[in-house]
Amino acid sequence: MSENAQLNEIVGRGYQHGFVTDIESESLPPGLDEDVVRKISAIKREPAFLTEWRLRAYRHWLTMREPEWAHVRVQPINYQDLSYYSAPKAKTDGPKSLDEVDPKLLATYEKLGVPLHERARLAGVAVDAVFDSVSVATTFKDRLEKAGVVFCSFSEAVQKHPELIERYLGSVVPHTDNYYACLNSAVFSDGSFVYIPKGVRCPMELSTYFRINAAKTGQFERTLIIADEGSHVSSLEGCTAPMREENQLHAAVVELVALDHAEIKYSTVQNWYPGDENGVGGIYNFVTKRGECRGRNSKISWTQVETGSAITWKYPSCVLRGENSVGEFYSVALANHHQQADTGTKMIHIGANTRSTIVSKGISAGHGQNTYRGLVKILPTASGARNFTQCDSLLMGGDCGAHTFPYVEVKNPTATVEHEASTSRISEDQLFYCLQRGIAEEDAVNMIVNGFCKSVFKELPMEFAVEAQNLLAVSLEGSVG
Amino acid sequence: MLEINSLQTRIGDKEILRGLNLTVKAGEVHAIMGPNGAGKSSLAYTLAGRPGYEVTGGTVRFEGADLLALAPEERAQAGLFLGFQYPVEIPGVNNVYLLKAALNAARKHRGLPEVDAFEFLTLVREKMRLMQMDESFLSRGVNEGFSGGEKKRNEILQMLVLEPKLALLDETDSGLDIDALKVVANGVNSLRSPDRAVVLVTHYQRLLDYIKPDVVHVLARGRIIKTGGPELALELEARGYDWLLADAA
Repeated sequence: MSENAQLNEIVGRGYQHGFVTDIESESLPPGLDEDVVRKISAIKREPAFLTEWRLRAYRHWLTMREPEWAHVRVQPINYQDLSYYSAPKAKTDGPKSLDEVDPKLLATYEKLGVPLHERARLAGVAVDAVFDSVSVATTFKDRLEKAGVVFCSFSEAVQKHPELIERYLGSVVPHTDNYYACLNSAVFSDGSFVYIPKGVRCPMELSTYFRINAAKTGQFERTLIIADEGSHVSSLEGCTAPMREENQLHAAVVELVALDHAEIKYSTVQNWYPGDENGVGGIYNFVTKRGECRGRNSKISWTQVETGSAITWKYPSCVLRGENSVGEFYSVALANHHQQADTGTKMIHIGANTRSTIVSKGISAGHGQNTYRGLVKILPTASGARNFTQCDSLLMGGDCGAHTFPYVEVKNPTATVEHEASTSRISEDQLFYCLQRGIAEEDAVNMIVNGFCKSVFKELPMEFAVEAQNLLAVSLEGSVG
Repeated sequence: MLEINSLQTRIGDKEILRGLNLTVKAGEVHAIMGPNGAGKSSLAYTLAGRPGYEVTGGTVRFEGADLLALAPEERAQAGLFLGFQYPVEIPGVNNVYLLKAALNAARKHRGLPEVDAFEFLTLVREKMRLMQMDESFLSRGVNEGFSGGEKKRNEILQMLVLEPKLALLDETDSGLDIDALKVVANGVNSLRSPDRAVVLVTHYQRLLDYIKPDVVHVLARGRIIKTGGPELALELEARGYDWLLADAA
């Protein structure tokens, strides 16, 4: 009996977040032009600088073409068929407190395992819940305010802290950056905003939970985190969507700014609907995430567990501008069935003695295609810069693929760059060894895969490490065909 | 405990066991010796249910039940343990984690609740002392970067924690220096009891100086061709296998 046949037996629990919430929503009709951009801006009562910024992005976007270099096959997207704004109909002018949030929405998040009641399970974590285009609730705001931390929806930040938005928006990912980031800049609807003042250690984990519900809409959220001098914050995002036969576009932008001695840890557990086992439907996850270590001795650490989406195209990156700043990227990416993942990172070393670490674990099963694409760039100014990259791929079955594209550009002779890579299979020997110890096959596979991912999982906030392991188990469902 | 009747197996097109008979009673230690390629490891793998070892005839009863009808993990849960000749590395999975999962699987099978964390560690530490293993071993990956000797000790440690009814030890002595051999033998002897049995697959009499077998078998050409007491092993050591093979032909 072959390894395939054995692994084939792993039970299927399927995608568990595929339900649709029946809620009345207000959407803009499909289509995209300058009027739509203005309408979104008007709905959000944005100041003129922001409307202008959106329009500049939109005009620039018209001159761009979709990137074709990624190792993925994409069905053509008709951008005029999408609706660029969808929000649950509010009874009042936006909920003032959790009590005013539509119970259907609360129930939705409850079902997703993200209860928004502050006494509930995630008691140590503040949550910003984004439903389609808007933020519907943010928990623990009072407690965070006492510490001086601003944690709110992007829309609220535009109203309350326009000076911060104007100063930092687009300062890490300019509106001209790439096709999807540019589109996002024109039509982004909501997302999370975080500001940690000087010297403050954020007293709790911050978490944003993104949910796509409406059909034929795109989700374009924008997250901006600013860690002022000497501050510290850990933030986590989770994502799910209903099961639909058509592909849906998710084109988000996340910008992180760390000033002198500040530290930002940003973790993602991405579980967008991946499509069915034949590759029908699923989210196109085309995301731009970048952090800038602007200050000396600052640190930005990305940890991602990518199990969902039909196609993932994202490269959480660090621009290491400040002297002695540190960038980290820890990634587990799973591609099962017909999923395609092209993910990795960019570490741009500008400042002297900057350091970066990249640990990437790719798991391919079924007909999944998993690509690691990473750039380590050491500029002439980055004396003494160091990078360590480790890039491992695990294959399950004979129909999947793993690909590695490491790019290294070193322009300073004092830099040190190390790269290690491996590709392996779950061996029949490992599996049989576990079985012979009485461990059931499904548990054995999970154990082996989790062992493979261990160096990444240990970087996740404790509350989510277990969740990530469980998610991986679910996503390995029927893993080899 | 174990009754094997005319067992025939093959791997692909190759015939391995050709009508093997063997009976092991509770409380006994059996040694199976024989020339290279005789099918000794294949017998152990077949009993453990390794994929690829196809049974084409015969029966195996373990504690009265049809062993061959069980999946590999069910055989393990029922109390059959295989000490591997070449234990595999599983990077990133802690030894202690695997041990606990294995013990809990066995306990679940017996209708017992999961083992208490404190009791479990106490048990493991006690067995580790017996096997002269360092505490740091617990947090290392399963067999990850272990020397040959450490891997074999780890097999015996797992056996001691799981307390199987029947232990099949496939060349557990190979690659061990004399001190390690004594430690391993000590571990095996500590498990001997009237309600357990041990089957040792070995090439060398040396192991049997430390683990006294009740019965010694010679396996050649897919069958048991001779059975005797401990003195048979000594005779094999002196004379080799050729005289038996000539007889059996």
